[in-house]
Amino acid sequence: MSKLKELEQLLTNGKISRRDFIARVSALGLMAAVSPALLSTPAKAATPKKGGRFRMGLAGGSTTDSLDPGTLPDMVPQMANRQLRNSLVETNYKSEPIPELAESWDSSPDATKWTFKLRKGVEFHNGKTLDAEDVVWSINHHRGKDSKSAAKGIVDPIKDIKADGKDTVVFELTGGNADFPFIMSEYHLSMIPAGTKGADLEKGIGTGPYMLVSHEPGVRVFTKRNPNYWKEGRAHFDEIETIAISDVNARTNALKTGQIDAMNRCERKTFHLLKKMSELKTIVGNGTKHYTVPMITTIKPYDSNDARLALKYAVDREQIVKTVLRGLGTVGNDHPIGRNQRYYAADLPQRKYDPDKAKFYLKKAGLEGHVFNLHAADAAFGGAVDAAVIYKENAAKAGVNINVVKEPDDGYWSNVWMKKEWCMCFWSGRVTEDWMFATAYAADAGWNDTFWKHERFNKLLVEARAELDDAKRRELYFECQKIVSDEGATVVPMFAYDLTATGKNVMFENVAADWEMDGMRAPERWWFA
Amino acid sequence: MDNVYGLILKRIGLGILTLFAISIIFFMGVEALPGDLAEEILGQNALPETVAAFRKELKLDLPPHERYIAWLGDLMKGDMGKSLANGRPVADLVGWRFANTLFLAISAAVIAVPIAILLGIIAALYRNSLFDRIISMATLSTISFPEFFVAYILIALLSVQLIIFPSISNINAQMSFWEKIYAIVLPCLTLTLVVVAHMMRQTRAAIINILASPFIEMARLKGIQRTRVIVMHAFPNALSPVINVIALNLAYLVVGVVIVEVVFVYPGLGQLMVDSVSKRDIPVVQACGLIFASVYIGLNLTADVLSIISNPRLRNPR
Repeated sequence: MSKLKELEQLLTNGKISRRDFIARVSALGLMAAVSPALLSTPAKAATPKKGGRFRMGLAGGSTTDSLDPGTLPDMVPQMANRQLRNSLVETNYKSEPIPELAESWDSSPDATKWTFKLRKGVEFHNGKTLDAEDVVWSINHHRGKDSKSAAKGIVDPIKDIKADGKDTVVFELTGGNADFPFIMSEYHLSMIPAGTKGADLEKGIGTGPYMLVSHEPGVRVFTKRNPNYWKEGRAHFDEIETIAISDVNARTNALKTGQIDAMNRCERKTFHLLKKMSELKTIVGNGTKHYTVPMITTIKPYDSNDARLALKYAVDREQIVKTVLRGLGTVGNDHPIGRNQRYYAADLPQRKYDPDKAKFYLKKAGLEGHVFNLHAADAAFGGAVDAAVIYKENAAKAGVNINVVKEPDDGYWSNVWMKKEWCMCFWSGRVTEDWMFATAYAADAGWNDTFWKHERFNKLLVEARAELDDAKRRELYFECQKIVSDEGATVVPMFAYDLTATGKNVMFENVAADWEMDGMRAPERWWFA
Repeated sequence: MDNVYGLILKRIGLGILTLFAISIIFFMGVEALPGDLAEEILGQNALPETVAAFRKELKLDLPPHERYIAWLGDLMKGDMGKSLANGRPVADLVGWRFANTLFLAISAAVIAVPIAILLGIIAALYRNSLFDRIISMATLSTISFPEFFVAYILIALLSVQLIIFPSISNINAQMSFWEKIYAIVLPCLTLTLVVVAHMMRQTRAAIINILASPFIEMARLKGIQRTRVIVMHAFPNALSPVINVIALNLAYLVVGVVIVEVVFVYPGLGQLMVDSVSKRDIPVVQACGLIFASVYIGLNLTADVLSIISNPRLRNPR
């Protein structure tokens, strides 16, 4: 039956079509066991019902949250932002860019100049009509030398942005980027009316499906449907209540007792029990979220690739996925590209736990007896300390000595990450290969957390970015992944699933996995049965 | 009564000095933590230039003593400042949360204090009986479990199994008074279970202590009933220590319930303070710290004054 469950999951997540699903289930002789509700979903999808108050209990809220698109530090403000505002581009469940506030876009042959045509007649919640000036203002909110935006690194490659008439915006980039429309789908880069800044950003004026009624940071965001919403077939709920619930047990209890309709970040240890509950639905998102163990290459002995390979071979990824992730994830291959991404290098051999090879490379690096300090705290990701301890035990069998240094959760990102020579880290991943590499692996990236500088890799990355031929691009990215895996300075032991659960009456189809909660768009995409 | 007024004035003066000292300690404490607001808010997304711009805008690049004096100056004018993280006035952030905290604390106290005193008196009355032992064991057990454990047990029983009360108490301004009361039944019960033991044991011990005095023996010899001896003769003389322990527990109900707030998703002041410390939002930390300290000082002062009033010997010193 577990095969059936797996197929059902694939179908619900849109990874296989209905036709495929029926064919494969019939092959198993299990057709009678399939829930009729599952197959009727597409028929129902044509007419989602309107109405109701959708209550989400989410981890990732703090009393210090703000609605400034330049901050949006975690899930609750991010979800609020997506209810209130749109971006130029949306990504669908297949992680393809589709038009949102931009009706269409086009690039120069070298992909350095991008022209976005805006949708006409879209109004902000305050009645103002969206035009090119608003787009320029919204993007410039993150640019410039006084920018304090968390998205500054993302917009840095934009050399210039200009309005060309009321409905056209032209971006000039410092280098060609064939994936630029994906960048425009980023949640920080959502559209605000020109001139909005400071405290006015907290009013949450946007063009989005819901309008802000009240926001109590770290407690609750309450929104009502925008009667004037421009997108068709979206925003089915009347009201959305986004409740910050940091304790996973409190979230689970609230869902079980019907006080909320959906929760994110389910407890991995009890997820199999949630799956069995008939009054709940569960969603497994196999996205780009991965856990890494970066080594700072400017600190000895991590400058030696032999030392790095010794450590890469010294970890039993299967065991970590089985214990730390409870099987709810997949093993990583020491590069940050997920299995469902466009240019994932499926032919690249999977690196396995190999104590002999680890020993060999350790000897080659002349580091026998060296003690590697591995800095860990659960602030990096839930279970990071456990993962570090397993790593240590695995490595000990290969004669590699690891000393796990337990760091405080508080201030982890400012004091440990990118400061200590080897530590645990978390990446939510990016929809495109280029974006991920450019964020954390390119030599000049602000978040290059290993300070790794590989000439060939950096050359290939720029080349691939501007390459519009798909087959050529695939080759280039294959080599990028191979180089990062074999010569990079990050151990990527695992990719983790996003675990979401909802009440039985919450309906959805083709759930996107690029971000949690259907790509943060559950409020506008889902509905009540 | 003059000495009572004198005491109140003196204690208020000392209280203000204490608050001043506490604000310095809080400020230095947050300063001593590694990292600052800019780094904590931007987290993994921080770039050196964005951190610098953040610091400049919020004046975090000024030396600490200048920032402290500026904050103190504003406070003297009655302005608690703005949250560094989201620019909201601290008074707005703190105001309704403090009201929520008080609401929960008072509700719990209204249940816990009478129960504790009653149980204490009964336990003293039937000292060393089976009843006394059962009460002591039961209350000591509930105080020995961690709060979150008591909370989870109550949720599992009364919310998940029996579906009587809600498992989260996320009250908001739109709810009526009775809706709020219904929402906070479980946290209220948790807190009651946690604080009853302390007050109950103190009441019992204080009464038993008094029972050894000659005037109680006198009362017994006069042939007064045991219940009357304890309620009318012993209890009034045992009030002073009981009042003190009640004050301590009330203070705990206001300032020490952050875990209960987290488990029940209750929007109180504790969570605000924890979040603000972890993000280094100093004005908010200061406001919460001063409120908590004032509650402690105020309740201790009240307890001392009530102790004096309840004790004729302290009321009229020779």
